[in-house]
Amino acid sequence: MVLSVSDLSVARGGIPVLEGVSLRLAPGEALVLRGPNGIGKTTMLRTVAGLQPPLSGRVEVAPESLVYAGHADGIKATLTVEENLSFWAHVFGTQEISAAVDAFDLGPLRNRPAGALSAGQKRRLGLARLLVTGRAVWVLDEPTVSLDVDAVAMFAGAVRAHLAGGGAALIATHIDLGLSEARIFDLAPYRAAPLAADDFDGAFL
Amino acid sequence: MIALLTRDMRLAMRAGGGFGLGLAFFLIVVVLVPFGVGPQSALLSTIAPGILWLGALLACLLSLDRILALDWEDGSLDLLATSPLPMEGIVSVKALAHWLTTGLPLVLAAPVLGVLLNLPTPGFGWLLASLALGTPALSVIGTFGAALTVGLKRGGLLLSLLVLPLYMPTLIFGAEVARRGAEGLALGTPLALLAGITCGTIALLPFASAAVLRVNLR
Amino acid sequence: MNLNALWEYANPKKFIETTDRVLPAFAWLAALMLVAGLVWGFFFTPDDFRQGSTVKIIYLHVPAALMAINAWLMMLVTSLVWIVRRHHVSALAARAAAPVGMVMTLIALATGAIWGQPMWGTWWAWDPRLTSFLILFLFYLGYIALWEAIENDDTAADLTSILCLVGSVFALLSRYAVNFWNQGLHQGASLSVKPGERMDMVYKLPLYVSMGGFVLLFVALVLMRTRTEIRARRMRALLARERMQA
Repeated sequence: MVLSVSDLSVARGGIPVLEGVSLRLAPGEALVLRGPNGIGKTTMLRTVAGLQPPLSGRVEVAPESLVYAGHADGIKATLTVEENLSFWAHVFGTQEISAAVDAFDLGPLRNRPAGALSAGQKRRLGLARLLVTGRAVWVLDEPTVSLDVDAVAMFAGAVRAHLAGGGAALIATHIDLGLSEARIFDLAPYRAAPLAADDFDGAFL
Repeated sequence: MIALLTRDMRLAMRAGGGFGLGLAFFLIVVVLVPFGVGPQSALLSTIAPGILWLGALLACLLSLDRILALDWEDGSLDLLATSPLPMEGIVSVKALAHWLTTGLPLVLAAPVLGVLLNLPTPGFGWLLASLALGTPALSVIGTFGAALTVGLKRGGLLLSLLVLPLYMPTLIFGAEVARRGAEGLALGTPLALLAGITCGTIALLPFASAAVLRVNLR
Repeated sequence: MNLNALWEYANPKKFIETTDRVLPAFAWLAALMLVAGLVWGFFFTPDDFRQGSTVKIIYLHVPAALMAINAWLMMLVTSLVWIVRRHHVSALAARAAAPVGMVMTLIALATGAIWGQPMWGTWWAWDPRLTSFLILFLFYLGYIALWEAIENDDTAADLTSILCLVGSVFALLSRYAVNFWNQGLHQGASLSVKPGERMDMVYKLPLYVSMGGFVLLFVALVLMRTRTEIRARRMRALLARERMQA
């Protein structure tokens, strides 16, 4: 098991949104989170990534094995594509960026400042960052925003290669990635029930 | 860590990075002072150490919100927080990069501006020394303030309100060293205290900054 | 005494219920002691042979200064309790105490200026004590501004608590820095536990009563404001829930 979430409850802005979520991810497995807007997909992923503490429950993941990608790509406009990627490679203690460049077809753009890229190209650069980290568990929040059909296929290919190499991925997305092997996990049944109005204890909610 | 430092330096140097703005601000403040108080060289040389310290402090303050706000906006901070770098290390490197791009140029420019204000000759060395010793504390304290206000829409003014009281001890001792240096008085005590504040803030404040940043990221 | 029983009052409901009962007592006692102390101090003490009747402002000045500092200390303690034990009432009490402490600081500064004018011949001097209080005022200002600026209540509580801790260290540093920077004209502490008293009993007794009154006033105000904060917080929570369900 590379990632195990047990009985997790998460809150957004102090209000519980999801409760009792349990899921497990084995090497080579991909899990796609589904659910309507506002159900708490982003909150859940941020909790799994360790950016915010859970209300209750546990997230177990091997140390130094998780990488998170959110709505924003963290790309610096004045740095070139190559500089952006090698920065993250250094941060994660790896050196090689050509595989990532090739996987997302960034070769021709390599020396272009990231500020001159289109939205879709920026997104590809953001996703290429996942490859240079060398981390096993990808936690991705809406990775396909502003990608065209070809780029989505490129992304699906990268995920597939990652899974084949023993990695795992937890992805929140609305669209069909064309990843037939990915399991679908619907969050709708886990929506947190509102607390009784007369519950005036410790927390105020 | 080193990668983060070189990235931040590179970002500051490239177009739109704001490198040199603090320096220009420092220059303008110092140039404006004689217009405000009059051109008498005796008066100027009395107030020169204080004005130079105050100018450097304000120039430093001006650039504080860039330390973390840009990384917050484009999501880099989230990604850095989930990277192998410890948060304490991230804020320390950010403070160091800020000092190298803002504090150090101010230190080096101060003697030149001292000439404009008739700073007495023995004061130059001590002005340089006091600024070199004190500005790292300004960067570290400023990073704490930037971490406190990073999530706020219009945090700039609040940042100044929070940071300026924290700057007070550094300013008092730093300006005291520069003043005593200029007047040729003994300055061992304020120098030691200034060094103590700088060492103390560098050692301890990153923990507070990191804690604050974690709270702001969740 | 079982100290653990103390934490019961960290429950908002319990806090409201208990203060319902004790708040009137505190308020009346505060009013009584303040009136007694101030009337006694203003009208039934002899004029000082050097300072004349101006000395009587001491019955406002010293207690206000005392509470200005103690309010910050209280905020420091409640902030620590919030960081360690995460009791919401504790954080809200710190929030409630800040404006009270700030007003006390202002009273101390204003009465000091009014007193200083005839005594030192100036409304304001950059004397270490005056300067320290001015700096304390700035710290209160920043603390309150940070509370107001952050929307999420728990985030605000966390950030202001850390600011309070860091601020306390820097406030202390500033105090010594200012002492070093300028040895001033302010007289020594008005009250001292050391023998060789500086103040006669005739002046001291009403001062003690007045100080007691200020302490009680502070407690009553903080309790009242904490209740308001708890209710405001509760209201925000209910509104947020309503929005969720809509």
